[in-house]
Amino acid sequence: MKHIISVLVENKFGSLNQVAAMFSARGFNLESISIGETEDREISRMTIVTRGDDQIISQVLKQLNRLVDTIKVIDLTRQPHVERELLLMTLKLTKTQQHEIFELINVFKGKVVDIKQKSITIEVIGSPDKINTTIDIFRVYGIKELARSGAVAIHRGE
Amino acid sequence: MHSSGKTLNGSEIFIECLRREDVDYIFGYPGGSLLKVYETLYDVNDIEHILVRHEQGATHMAEGYARATGKPGVVLVTSGPGATNTVTGIANAYMDSSPMVVFTGQVPSALIGNDAFQEADIVGITRPITKHNFLVKDVKELAMTIRKAFYLATTGRQGPVLVDMPKDILNASCTMDWPETVEIRGFKPTIKCHINQVEKAAQKIAQAKRPLLYIGGGVISAEASEELRALAIQQNIPVTMTLQGLGAFPGNHPLSMGMLGMHGTYWANQAVNRCDLLIAVGARFDDRVTGKIDTFAPQAYKIHNDIDPTNVDKNIQVDLPVVGDAKNFLAALLDVMPGTQENRDPWLAEINAWREQCPLSYSSEDNALRTEFVIEEVSKQTKGNAVVVTDVGQHQMWTSQFYTFINPRSIITSGGLGTMGYGLPAAIGAAFGIKDRPVVLFCGDGGFMMNIQELVTAVHHKIPIKIFLINNSFLGMVRQWQELFHQEKYSFTDLGSSNPDFVKVAEAFGCKALMADNPDGAKEAIKLALAWNDGPILVDFRVVKKDMVFPMVPAGGSISDMLLARLNPKTMV
Ligand SMILES: Cc1ncc(C[n+]2csc(CCOP(=O)(O)OP(=O)(O)O)c2C)c(N)n1
Ligand SMILES: [Mg+2]
Repeated sequence: MKHIISVLVENKFGSLNQVAAMFSARGFNLESISIGETEDREISRMTIVTRGDDQIISQVLKQLNRLVDTIKVIDLTRQPHVERELLLMTLKLTKTQQHEIFELINVFKGKVVDIKQKSITIEVIGSPDKINTTIDIFRVYGIKELARSGAVAIHRGE
Repeated sequence: MHSSGKTLNGSEIFIECLRREDVDYIFGYPGGSLLKVYETLYDVNDIEHILVRHEQGATHMAEGYARATGKPGVVLVTSGPGATNTVTGIANAYMDSSPMVVFTGQVPSALIGNDAFQEADIVGITRPITKHNFLVKDVKELAMTIRKAFYLATTGRQGPVLVDMPKDILNASCTMDWPETVEIRGFKPTIKCHINQVEKAAQKIAQAKRPLLYIGGGVISAEASEELRALAIQQNIPVTMTLQGLGAFPGNHPLSMGMLGMHGTYWANQAVNRCDLLIAVGARFDDRVTGKIDTFAPQAYKIHNDIDPTNVDKNIQVDLPVVGDAKNFLAALLDVMPGTQENRDPWLAEINAWREQCPLSYSSEDNALRTEFVIEEVSKQTKGNAVVVTDVGQHQMWTSQFYTFINPRSIITSGGLGTMGYGLPAAIGAAFGIKDRPVVLFCGDGGFMMNIQELVTAVHHKIPIKIFLINNSFLGMVRQWQELFHQEKYSFTDLGSSNPDFVKVAEAFGCKALMADNPDGAKEAIKLALAWNDGPILVDFRVVKKDMVFPMVPAGGSISDMLLARLNPKTMV
């Protein structure tokens, strides 16, 4: 099963490497990892998406906790949380398909961030599932390039 | 923070910190990035620097010292090749949870990342084999970093920590602040066991008809042998130990069952198979212990006490996890256990029947010299009171079977990593720490060659270790697997035609040396070696070539697959 884990780490050189190296050394699946500063500049938040059965996930959580630079590890999967991912995608633009593409951008609540004669770059924000669907749908129009941020997630407020 | 008020350079701060950490020995080797430190060391008298002959030797020495004394071992090496030479020793200490702090010199901060002369990213290289590591970026952080390194290496589950010190930091100056306390917010090991879990464990023990204590190295590092002994005797529970746990419970006590696992005793493995309660303390269900997981202790309710929560439910699902220090767990159990117990005589009788059915034995028909005899004889002559160090191979497993370990911190051996070449330097390190017990080394003819250069270190410092070279002219353990599982294709394991004359080699190093090739000669040689205290002594025991270690549960096998003797008598020597 897919799990989304939020990890607070010391904001310093090597923390990301420690976590990534632990995943590869222990053979854990790592679907995405993203990191950024938090409200406290000494602490960064990592959002990790991984897959595994209960036993594996319990090991993942314990191994994360064991790293000296991790301060807090929270498995958000079964808790109320918000999860978002950013997609940037450049598509081929042809006269015939232009109309359909703009319509779909609206459907997915995307935004046009750049437009050229023969290409258009859009951004879409949503859950990783929505991003997957977006990519699938747009594939027929010819994706030139795409970049995904990986998920970030946070507890829902009280 | 306590400030000494004095301005010191990085090298002086380094030495001052080691002083405050109560360090007696540094095992080291100099080089360009450490010139300033060695300049400082020149005038230091209260910490002894031991010059090794290879940095790998320094790491194993430090670990041998740590395992013998319980104090962290300290290593000092230069950048680049000096640092990379420590990798095996660090990995070894990591796998066996030995407290160790490794200091590496590094190229000047400004050159890091430039492929500078003798630069290696040792922090990156050792990340997966250290408990934690640091690159010092400012001389003002040096003292705090060293404090943290010692704290991490020795607190909770012990292990190696590395501190990388760029050359400019060792030259820069600042006033030294010695932090009296350390606070690391991401590191809060659970020492005290949860009382509910302890009470549940006590209940299970009180009800069990066939309980078994399965003891690992954690009991020794937690200094919990007394509590273990009290609990086992009070509750009449037999005790089996892992390789690293040997000595935690006296091997000559009727409740001791020796080692379990791949080369464990027949009766210990049968007991695991039959017990209704397995109490694992400071052990991690390693694959060399469990064999096939599905058939390990199939009837038992399993209690697992470990200081490292990641060890719980890692290899095997247990019924009752108890996270915390082994000493705390055993003491808490004693506190809540009633003095009375189930009648366990039938269980102990069952075990004794297995013991009589299949005792540890070896052939003594011919007058040939066998490793088992040598080890048993050393055990007798030292009355089980030696600090016994081994290398890796058949002789190591025979040591676990034929030396009777009475006290904790009596076996020093590479368990998790299985590092050939560990023994000689580890024995030297142990002997630096322990002066009132003999330190004996059992070493194979293969492994001895892997760090033989450290013989110089032993000779130079007149370290009275007894090097018992078990010379079977083979990479014996590999030969054993080749015979059993690989169609007797003895591919590259016969050392007979290429081994040197070990007596001459030792003598060239300035080490006293003897040879023995029969039981009577061996007895005499052991007596002589134990009486010899003027530096190291080596005995080249020419043992039979083709003996095998039994019992043996083949890798990944079950107790029912246990081999008790060679199957095909025609290949007997
Ligand atoms: C550094 C290293 N290389 C290879 C091995 C694989 N290995 C395990 S036991 C063994 C044979 C050891 O031979 P020897 O030192 O003569 O001891 P014996 O088994 O004969 O007692 C080997 C090669 C190892 N454990 N460590
Ligand atoms: Mg050999």
